[in-house]
Amino acid sequence: MKSGFKFLKHTFSVFAIGAVAVQGANAETLRLLTWGGYAPDDVVEMFKAETGHTVEVTKSNNEEMIAKLRATRGGGFDLAQPSQDRILGPQLEFGIYKPIDISRIDQGQFIQSMLSATMANTTVEGRVYGVPHVWGTSGLVMDTAAAGDIVKDYTDLCDPAVAGKVSYRLKRPTLIGFAFAMGMDPFAAYSDEAAYKDIMDKVESKLIDCKPNVKTYWGGGDELMGLVRSGEVVASMAWDTGGWKLNADNPNITFVAPTSGALGWIDTFVLPAKGRADDAAYDWINFVMRPEIAAKITAAAGNFTASSGADAFAEESLKARYQASFPAVAIDNIKWYPPVPGGLEAIEGAVLDRVKAAQ
Amino acid sequence: MTQMTARLGFFVLLMPLLLWLALLIIIPHIDMFLLSLRERVGVGEYETSFANYLILFTEPLYIWTFVRTAVMSVLATAITLIIAFPVSIYIAKIAQGRLQQILFMLCLIPFYVSELVRTFGWMILLRETGIVSNFVQWVGIVDRPVEFLYNDAAIMVGLVYTSMLFMVVPLVTTLESLDNSVIEAGYDLGGSTLSVMREIIIPHAAPGIMSGCIVVFMLSLGNYLTPIMLGGKDSLWFTEMIYNQFIVRFNWELGAAFGFMLLVLSSAIVWAMLRLTGQTLAKTME
Repeated sequence: MKSGFKFLKHTFSVFAIGAVAVQGANAETLRLLTWGGYAPDDVVEMFKAETGHTVEVTKSNNEEMIAKLRATRGGGFDLAQPSQDRILGPQLEFGIYKPIDISRIDQGQFIQSMLSATMANTTVEGRVYGVPHVWGTSGLVMDTAAAGDIVKDYTDLCDPAVAGKVSYRLKRPTLIGFAFAMGMDPFAAYSDEAAYKDIMDKVESKLIDCKPNVKTYWGGGDELMGLVRSGEVVASMAWDTGGWKLNADNPNITFVAPTSGALGWIDTFVLPAKGRADDAAYDWINFVMRPEIAAKITAAAGNFTASSGADAFAEESLKARYQASFPAVAIDNIKWYPPVPGGLEAIEGAVLDRVKAAQ
Repeated sequence: MTQMTARLGFFVLLMPLLLWLALLIIIPHIDMFLLSLRERVGVGEYETSFANYLILFTEPLYIWTFVRTAVMSVLATAITLIIAFPVSIYIAKIAQGRLQQILFMLCLIPFYVSELVRTFGWMILLRETGIVSNFVQWVGIVDRPVEFLYNDAAIMVGLVYTSMLFMVVPLVTTLESLDNSVIEAGYDLGGSTLSVMREIIIPHAAPGIMSGCIVVFMLSLGNYLTPIMLGGKDSLWFTEMIYNQFIVRFNWELGAAFGFMLLVLSSAIVWAMLRLTGQTLAKTME
């Protein structure tokens, strides 16, 4: 019996030594919680070849990322990518992130204005929690031949001329977009719950009035693609990349910045509170922000990154679509999401539930 | 000594069940109940209160959503029963040998693919540019595309399709235990098909009907995918509200309260159904 244990012990130590030798001195596994397209396979392989770190990719969205990290109090992942407006609130409320050591990041690789704006928006109690990665906008995707003359802004989705042929998500970007299109400024009311509730009440009645016009509320990007591609929907609220992807198949369909302004988002890098592979996380950030790597991510995700100089490597067709959707005026008019204070989600949630239940 | 081993064996065999119940059902429910009693009073601050349960009654929307979900589920159960009963009688009493097995297999085959794929199948059939819409245009009944998706009828079709097997299996099992000679005796004594059905077959099958109904009702009430994908803009289902509170709104406290109310209310409905039909849970388990 005893010799048996000894034998086991030896085999285990042999295995352990073997494993360490293969992995190299400081190789780690980076558990990355991100969006589809942000960590393409070829980039993951290049990263492994250069640093020895392996990357495990989990694809998700803003709400699920926060819910997952909340469930484990910031464990289970080493690097996450929520949008910059979703860092302050959850951090104050649940404490799921840890501060970023800015000195370990190669700041020269970033577009400076975007870096400083994101750092300012994600500063909690004097410490920075996020740096920017990918950015984009949401606005209107439409078949310009069928709806181009009618739909210029979010509220035009309620026009009787497109009845039964429009769609949008029942989520917070829709509430914000409609508020802007109705001439209000929800971002200015973020700090004042009463004023914000007032705005949301007006948006709620507008959305309920608009409900007969809507074919369905889309849930995922693929569902929207199917609806627009089949021609069942001619105009919808959507992300810019969705419109550009469809544009490649059908030149009539494209992304249009609404007159009240497209809504701008920036997805970031944050470190979950209980992340175990910080070295690999910093290596990954510095790696993917290199212009030539960032261009690969742009090609996979369809959106541009905060990497300075990556534009030079981007595909010409994508650049052309971007310029067609965003004349200079439209870029200046982009409404960037400020950090969401905790508690607003409850107001928005009640509004969305009532809209969904309305007959 | 043998008694000791027997008792030990009993506990060893019982262990998986006990662990299952404790770790996966009882402990999470206690945790969820405690969570539902927390009220958010400020940033990261919580107090113990019944506020989350009160919301359920002060905001009529939530109760209405539950009522809607329950009524739709009862309706789905009834439709499933009406379709499944003749099918079960055919499989259990009329079909013989190989045919019986093949028919039973046919009921089972749709469950070889995941629920998501089955629901997508219905979407391909029913959408505006889908197969059914194109067919009715080709036949000439209508002259423009028709939207069959995104309404309550589409949800109902999906729910009934998903639950069919769970009704057929208990029904076939109970009907097979009914001796054919009893049915023959019924006819010999001058009974019509209707009275034989009413006096002999249905009373005998009652436990099977009940257990099938309970399973189908619970499955429909707890379904998430089908109402959301087929129901579109009017689909609001109670499970969707629970998901929204947990994932989209970060409001775990309210979500937990909803989850608990779903458990309590659905148990109450099943209890009421048993009382109404004079059945007991023990009888339906036979």
